[in-house]
Amino acid sequence: MANVRVLVGTKKGAFILSADGKREKWDVAGPFFAGWLVYHMKGSPVDPNRIYASQCSDWFGQVIQRSNDGGKSWEQPGGEAVPEPSGMPVGVSNKFVYEGDPGTHMWYDGTPHPWEFKRIWHLEPSLTDLDTVYAGAEDAALFRSTDAGVSWKELPGLRDQQGSQWAPGAGGLAVHTILLDPSNPQRIYVAISAAGAFRTDDGGATWKPINRGLKSKYLPDPNAEIGFCVHRLALHPSRPDVVFMQLHWNVMRTDNAGELWTNISGNLPTDFGFPIEVHAHEPETIYVVPIKSDSEHYVHDGKLRVFRSRTGGTEWEALTNGLPQQDCYVNVLRDAMATDSLDSGGIYFGTTGGQVYVSPDGGDHWTAIVRDLPAVLSVEVQTLP
Amino acid sequence: MTTAAIRVELPYHLQNLARVGAEISLEVEVPITASSILDAIEARYPMLCGTVRDHVTKKRRPFLRYFGCQRDLSHDPADTPLPEPIAVGTEPFIIWGALSGG
Repeated sequence: MANVRVLVGTKKGAFILSADGKREKWDVAGPFFAGWLVYHMKGSPVDPNRIYASQCSDWFGQVIQRSNDGGKSWEQPGGEAVPEPSGMPVGVSNKFVYEGDPGTHMWYDGTPHPWEFKRIWHLEPSLTDLDTVYAGAEDAALFRSTDAGVSWKELPGLRDQQGSQWAPGAGGLAVHTILLDPSNPQRIYVAISAAGAFRTDDGGATWKPINRGLKSKYLPDPNAEIGFCVHRLALHPSRPDVVFMQLHWNVMRTDNAGELWTNISGNLPTDFGFPIEVHAHEPETIYVVPIKSDSEHYVHDGKLRVFRSRTGGTEWEALTNGLPQQDCYVNVLRDAMATDSLDSGGIYFGTTGGQVYVSPDGGDHWTAIVRDLPAVLSVEVQTLP
Repeated sequence: MTTAAIRVELPYHLQNLARVGAEISLEVEVPITASSILDAIEARYPMLCGTVRDHVTKKRRPFLRYFGCQRDLSHDPADTPLPEPIAVGTEPFIIWGALSGG
């Protein structure tokens, strides 16, 4: 029977939750990197025992961790201690430096602000190469390592897309979503709050904004190419031209790789939210967690509800069985929902209240794996043979 | 190259990253300054690169402080020779995280 491993990043460390295919009895390991923000952890599709983690703090900055044994042990790539002083460091651990002079981006008040590296929000291991991994940064940039995280190089063509006009969302100016097209290794989608969605078709050398059809209240130019607060993108690997988006307001889809987006919010109780996911075996089944508003950042009516559409959007049903339906005021952040690829299509999400929920049957029934972790920043799932 | 044996106290989280105790001992090139001590720390413990000072600018990270001999050395230029007791290893050079909470 297959197993699942859930990688949970929290505000105070990382946790790894493991179970067999029934997903009933869970082993909880951690905290790893205790006391640190762990924005994201993700395993390599090439070798699931290779896991990358983004560990950071306002005090000590950014640290990349790597495991080669499924999270049992960790090391900092390029950061191995040397037995004796020997001049310059042998590695370049944790080093993220923008290419050239990055100049400025727009600050909240509309003034230019220097580009400053703060942290890595999201790590996306290559679909085909064990040692290649992408990192989405705040301030917004995309980095790539081809040596398993020892050294990182920016793909600066992304910032060429009017980067000087990008402005941060409330959470910062960050590349938070990286989608690799399994059918085309040259194609990558990224999303940036609050600049929008972008696509490369040449492996990251050049990029184009793909925001046509998005609407933002108060954006003066209705045809603006950038300036959209995209919260999350998701795709099904069998149809990589179909991409779903949770926008700041509205849930959207494109059927042509971002050339045009259409609104699929339909009957959702609110159009604000963060995560969006696609069922592992049903490309038209998608999940969102509507949040009451951008001012309050908790679920609607005190009820924690996942909404599922089996029609690719527009028609949504509330999934509530096993989820708290009163006095619940948590949020589910953009990287905190994931699916497994077992036959029944499990889905998982973590909350800012420290709960991680699983539904082994595609959303019909939910149980809490853990209830009292620190606030959950990210959830990823590995389906293991 | 002349070196001196220097004592350095690290904050808790950096002890964990480097997998060392609260105090480490390093051979540091003289003159002994905050900059030369950090060069030696990063050479010996590359996993600490970027955690105390910026990779490129070498500026101290804002929430960290340097102390020694009952003095806050944080705002001295990084190439200022440190007090003699630190330079001869009788007193530690202390790297500390600014903490608050409630």
